[in-house]
Amino acid sequence: MKTCTLIEPQHEETVRKLTESAYNIRRYALRMGEVQGQGYIGQALGIADILAVAFGHALNFRADEPEWEGRDRFLLSHGHYAIAYYAALIEAGIIPEQELETYGSDDSRLPMSGMASYTPGMEISGGSLGQGLAIGVGMALGLRQKKNPAFIYVSTSDGELDEGATWEAAMSASHHRLGNLIVLVDVNNQQADGNSNQVMGFEPLADKWDAFGWYVQRADGNDLPAVLAAFNAARSYEGDKPRAILFDTLMGKGIPFLEQREKNHFIRVDAAEWQQAIEILDAAQEKGVEK
Amino acid sequence: MSETIARKPRLTTSAMIASIASEGQRTQAAPFGHALAALAEQRSEIVGLTADLAKYTDMHIFAQAHPERFFQMGMAEQLLMASAGGMAKEGFLPFVSSYAVFATRRAYDFIHQVIAEEHLNVKICCALPGLTTGYGPSHQATEDIAMLRGVPGLTIIDPCDALEIEQAVPAIAAHPGPVYMRLLRGQVPLVLDEYNYRFEVGKAALLRGGNDVLIISTGIMTMRALEVAKEMEGGAADVAVLHVPTIKPLDEAAILREAAKPGRLVVVAENHSIIGGLGEAVATLLLRSAVTPVFRQIALPDAFLAAGALPTLHSRYGISTEAMVESIKTWL
Repeated sequence: MKTCTLIEPQHEETVRKLTESAYNIRRYALRMGEVQGQGYIGQALGIADILAVAFGHALNFRADEPEWEGRDRFLLSHGHYAIAYYAALIEAGIIPEQELETYGSDDSRLPMSGMASYTPGMEISGGSLGQGLAIGVGMALGLRQKKNPAFIYVSTSDGELDEGATWEAAMSASHHRLGNLIVLVDVNNQQADGNSNQVMGFEPLADKWDAFGWYVQRADGNDLPAVLAAFNAARSYEGDKPRAILFDTLMGKGIPFLEQREKNHFIRVDAAEWQQAIEILDAAQEKGVEK
Repeated sequence: MSETIARKPRLTTSAMIASIASEGQRTQAAPFGHALAALAEQRSEIVGLTADLAKYTDMHIFAQAHPERFFQMGMAEQLLMASAGGMAKEGFLPFVSSYAVFATRRAYDFIHQVIAEEHLNVKICCALPGLTTGYGPSHQATEDIAMLRGVPGLTIIDPCDALEIEQAVPAIAAHPGPVYMRLLRGQVPLVLDEYNYRFEVGKAALLRGGNDVLIISTGIMTMRALEVAKEMEGGAADVAVLHVPTIKPLDEAAILREAAKPGRLVVVAENHSIIGGLGEAVATLLLRSAVTPVFRQIALPDAFLAAGALPTLHSRYGISTEAMVESIKTWL
């Protein structure tokens, strides 16, 4: 089993900047949750650090030209994470902040489940789970075919590991030596019917990806320097294997009362709690900045 | 960073779970789950399986009552159908639950070849039928019935309300062979108790008579049809409602008998695409039987539907009660 985490010297400034991005992403997500009174906020808080590094550091893109041919593509296979993804796109300057309050409403460009046909920066419509990796395989083949050096990043949930299509794609990516394909698995051990180890246990997970011929890393998805190192190593790995990063994350990360809330796939948050959460987040960020 | 979000009154959302009950409507909680749990007391061969959607299909009630007979297959619909078939081959009576979109689209070949081809005794019960969620096309099962009508030997049922679901569970268990039943979950409207109704597989029911319009409806559209009839009575039109819960096999005799009565506009109303559902099934039946009334359809368009609030979408796509009344008025 390979869990190779290449430690590169981190720039303090990069980490500080990305930490602030992660805070912004969490904050935008909470505001969207507040607009609707509900949403997959647990997941959004958990994945914020990963998205901050993805859009603040790892991905090559042009904010004012979301369809620039040279962009690294980011496929949100778990479409219900749209609330988090929109937050990241706002932070990246791809979606204007004022659109945030339309989240989930009639005729919005930001529906609860991401739609490729009308949301800027949304590469696929991930509402039906377990399709993103297979689409990513196709896009990676296409990029190679037209000699485009961009990367395909596919973000998936651990629940999607249940779907056979995920493993068809995993086998195929290795078979076709898709070194331009990077999978990010959000391992929060939660899915619709409960803890993943009770629904369909997938451990040992790194072993599986390794056996399928991938270059695998496993990292704490809420430890931003570790996330940064993992993204760097995935890009710089010189072999022609596809790359998988398994990120262990905590649902609700950053808001203690949500982290501790009984783990529900869809966390219940009372009306007043949204503002409470934002205040807790703001206070923690201020404290962190002062250090 | 400061912001003010004007607290505009928010229409409901493109959230996955939404209620189709209108304001003040009587409802009953989780009829499917309770009926299955109760039936399992009497029939020891009943087992329940799901693909990571027990909580969202009311199967969790069965799971809590009979944990040793509940099988969680994870988010894997092909596995779900094939393994249900396997259990049926070993003499069990599997009730299987998922969302209609996933059961049909992802696992079609497995339903067709594993379950239907061997005529296995599997009951596939699926939530979010047609347009009962604003979450978008990935979750709106607009063509499930069109897909499944092509499967030989499969019984297809679209129940109207809580009472019908409660009665249908033992009825489909007693009916030999594979069954696909659409489901409503959570707080389900209760309507048919006021009509002295008894569900029977394969049988349509004339819920009310009327001389001007015959609405042939299925699923939640029967609830809407009854509302239309009430709204139009004593003035606009006298509306009859023929409820057709079993779409395959169709109760041809009842449909022909009612559609052949002269002088009525015949409208088929379904919570399904205009393509391939009850409307087309009735149309071909009427035409080959040389019964040719003025014929119209109320159904979802052949399109990927929008995300948004359910009331907005039902109105936009013509299946709200008000929209139905307007359509019928223009046709009269």
